[in-house]
Amino acid sequence: MSTIIITVASLSILGLLLAVVLYAVAQKFKVEEDPRIDIVESLMPGANCGGCGQAGCRAFAEACVKASNLDSLYCPVGGNPVMQKVAGALGFEVAEKAPMVAVVRCAGSCEKRPKTNTYDGIASCAVMNSLYSGDTGCKYGCLGKGDCVSACKFGALSLDPQTGLPVVDEDKCTACGACVKACPKGIIELRKKGVKSRRIFVSCVNKDKGGVARKACSAACIGCGKCAKVCQFDAITVENNLAYIDFEKCRLCTKCVAECPTGAIHAVNFPPKPPKAEAPKVAAETPAA
Amino acid sequence: MKTFSMGGVHPADNKISCDAAIENFPIPQTAYISMSQHLGAPAEPIVAVGDKVKVGQLIANASGFISAPVHSSVSGTVKSIETVKDIAGNPCKAVVITVEGDEWSDTIDRSEDIVREIKLDSKQIVERIKECGVVGLGGATFPTCVKLSPPPGKKAEFLIINGAECEPYLTSDYRVLVEMPEQVLIGASIMMKALNVSKGFIGIEENKPKAIEILNGYAAQYPDIKVVPLKKKYPQGGEKQLIDAVVGRKVPSMGLPIDTGAVVQNVGTALAVYEAVQKNKPLFEGILTVTGECSNQQKNFRHRVGTPISAIIEATGGMPENAAKVISGGPMMGKAVSNLDAPTLKGSSSVLFLTSEQTKRQEEYNCIRCAKCVNACPMGLEPYLLSKLSRAQRWDDAEANRIFDCIECGCCSFTCPSYIPLLDSIRYGKGQVMKIMRSRPKK
Amino acid sequence: MKQLLVSPSPHVHGKENTRNLMRDVIIALLPAVAVSIYYFGISAITLLLVGIVSCILVEYLIQRFLFKGKSTIGDCSAVVTGILLALNLPPAAPWWIMVIGSIVAIGVAKMTFGGLGQNIFNPALVGRVFLLVSFPVIMTDWTAPASLFGASLDATSGATPLALVKEALANGETVREVFANDPSLSYSQLLFARIGSAGEISAIALLIGFVYLLARKVIKPHITLSIWGTVIVFSGILWLCNPDQFTDPVFNLLTGGMLLGSIFMATDYVTSPMSTKGMVIFGIGIGVITILIREFGSYPEGISFAILIMNAVVPLINMYVKPKRFAKEAK
Repeated sequence: MSTIIITVASLSILGLLLAVVLYAVAQKFKVEEDPRIDIVESLMPGANCGGCGQAGCRAFAEACVKASNLDSLYCPVGGNPVMQKVAGALGFEVAEKAPMVAVVRCAGSCEKRPKTNTYDGIASCAVMNSLYSGDTGCKYGCLGKGDCVSACKFGALSLDPQTGLPVVDEDKCTACGACVKACPKGIIELRKKGVKSRRIFVSCVNKDKGGVARKACSAACIGCGKCAKVCQFDAITVENNLAYIDFEKCRLCTKCVAECPTGAIHAVNFPPKPPKAEAPKVAAETPAA
Repeated sequence: MKTFSMGGVHPADNKISCDAAIENFPIPQTAYISMSQHLGAPAEPIVAVGDKVKVGQLIANASGFISAPVHSSVSGTVKSIETVKDIAGNPCKAVVITVEGDEWSDTIDRSEDIVREIKLDSKQIVERIKECGVVGLGGATFPTCVKLSPPPGKKAEFLIINGAECEPYLTSDYRVLVEMPEQVLIGASIMMKALNVSKGFIGIEENKPKAIEILNGYAAQYPDIKVVPLKKKYPQGGEKQLIDAVVGRKVPSMGLPIDTGAVVQNVGTALAVYEAVQKNKPLFEGILTVTGECSNQQKNFRHRVGTPISAIIEATGGMPENAAKVISGGPMMGKAVSNLDAPTLKGSSSVLFLTSEQTKRQEEYNCIRCAKCVNACPMGLEPYLLSKLSRAQRWDDAEANRIFDCIECGCCSFTCPSYIPLLDSIRYGKGQVMKIMRSRPKK
Repeated sequence: MKQLLVSPSPHVHGKENTRNLMRDVIIALLPAVAVSIYYFGISAITLLLVGIVSCILVEYLIQRFLFKGKSTIGDCSAVVTGILLALNLPPAAPWWIMVIGSIVAIGVAKMTFGGLGQNIFNPALVGRVFLLVSFPVIMTDWTAPASLFGASLDATSGATPLALVKEALANGETVREVFANDPSLSYSQLLFARIGSAGEISAIALLIGFVYLLARKVIKPHITLSIWGTVIVFSGILWLCNPDQFTDPVFNLLTGGMLLGSIFMATDYVTSPMSTKGMVIFGIGIGVITILIREFGSYPEGISFAILIMNAVVPLINMYVKPKRFAKEAK
């Protein structure tokens, strides 16, 4: 019996002593922090994706607390609701930002863009890109090794085994931009999500002359400029043999889609058209596949 | 026998083309002379479409300190100045010349006589080498004149001629040593004069006894240049390894060979220096090996720069039936060719055919931490760790483990029993870390 | 036109692969296997076969149904674990104990970490120690079963040399007395045949395996030699201090699992350090802990525990002990 009492007593005393030591140390080395950082951090989604440009959610919270306004700070994952809450907590005003989504601008599927050689190295777009121009005739297009897929923290990207191209799951995509940074070819772009998720974009980044581009890939933009002529809103520019649609100006009229001879302009999430407009229908289905 | 102090592997020799004497490759009908034949900024063309050019005529000026001028390798009319694709399919600017006859520039001494007397002084030699567009032919194509002008405060003590040719298959340097030993020795003497050093070495691996014997025969005539036989081990021809092997000094991390007092030049470069200084002949030709077990012919060619690789393949019996990969350079560090229409460059050393069995990557297994890569690494690094860190993009840790010391020799990938392509990821990681280090403000 | 292959350099690969390395380890174990079959006949064969089959089966089933991945048994590493485990058991051990050992070795020590190359502890040793702790009676019963060829161990006693000495010391005898009384403790006996587990009975057979591994460059000698060196020096000091209390270095080197452990278990790629400096540290640690357990602990043999303890330190060694770099840091 006495053994137990001695043991319990000595351990209790030891515990008390150590607690005092710990308390003293904690007091001595306490770091003063703005309590608002914790508040803001608790509002964050907590994915630590780095989509805001900061090292993580806490770093973003610190930046918000330090900042004089929230114009240059935006959490793409939480979007407007989170930013409103952050602004409320810190007493700032914040403007609504249009929701964005990642868009893959390459339609060079296996059948449209035949392989010219066989890549036999490590499955990494970055390594492949630094080695050579790629395993197809198009040196601008998707390499299909999935660096974007592994960069995505939200599981929004996957490689379509049929086409060999990445597909964005719009519901999961938070527009954090990690895939944009990961893609060595710069194919992925963050674009305005659009009304009812409807978007029109040029699904090609090939800057070669029309003939060369066409030879390498039947879905390439050949820079013919027909789309730019038909656009009534000056949304389309053609530069370096490549058309680009400004999503701020585009009104989703889909005229350019019908005009494009190679089907490089994609319109997504539009209701099916009457049967006579064959080309846009095909184009509309491709990214959804 | 001497060799470098740590790591290294022993790939099969396969010098099957070693007995093929150097032949002149026929001049192509059209030459595509690239403006990016050296490390550094591309040269600036100074000819216009329609201009008549002669062999050896200057057609492009160097556009920076680390850059080299380019000379025409053929005579004829400039057809166009356009963008062509290099062996990796990447665009590069090139002067395209339609060949008419073979008229050489008058200033070039075309006689066969060996000119032994070095008339120019140190400064003139460097200037001549610069004008003639001589670049290092060991692989990096670094402008030779830059190497021969040590930066202020650094003093060269000796010159090492790299005759190791440690890459399997390649025999171009060996053929040069066997067929033109005296030219190489004179080239070396010229560079020693330019550097104002009195000691020279030629490092040759023991698997080339004939070359060692022939060079030893000239020992009396060139007493300052010592032939150093080396134990066969890859990567003996790496600059840092060769200095270690020959004189036992180690280039410091992020340092240059000159930090040890050494200047290393390749055998081919020594020949080019001889021709430039003694014969006034710019660098527009190179020695190139066509080889591989599956190759239809085993050849060593003197080719004109700008000859399409496809023409060389055509002339040696076409693409071998079971060739799966074409490599420009050796099997350990050479580049895989994806565009066969690409032209040869000053630094092109081989067209190597490998079959699928020889070169196809095997399926990757788990790392078993056998440490074979650590033992094979000639720089004393830990490839398994660097590869892992690169894949995880942990650049800080990769830098702390000195990924920047990697010489990309490929010993780790070669030796890995689990077929892990270690170097693929390390090379990429090294690039990223170097970028980060360069972007840092200097202390 | 046919498509060319394109890949980063190097474009060729050496001849070594994991399977070849494992095959070499198996070949190196063959002399020891032969000796154990020679002395213990059917029961040795049963143990080996059960060990190999159950190890392969456990790995296959886990890989196939839990990981749902491709089978990895082709790399032969499960075979090595099976043989090593069988060589670590007493010759008369029942076959089912081998199955339990295999499940622990492969299932717990290897596959839970992710399979070959991922485990922290040597699978065969984890299996052995698990059995030793769980079935102490079976695991220390050293009676020799009938031999196939009429060969038998000369020793009549049923205890290993280490256990003999430990017991005698506990009974108040001195080391010198034990050695004088028991002929089975002579060096020649220790070198060729003695009581023990299947893998321990012939030092010569194990040494042949060691030479083979070195000649094939499968392992580097650093770990093994530094264990031996440490054992000799450390136990030598103790012996010189008090020869009545402590056994001599040669005895320590030749008895128990010292050779099997230092040649085949401590040098396991996966669970040993990567740099040569690290290997030496690892070996010294094993040597010191082994002698500490043998001379001062309650178990007669300690190398299994010593290797497992040092296995746990390997990640730390790998982190702090770097190989000698070629290039000095620039000034």
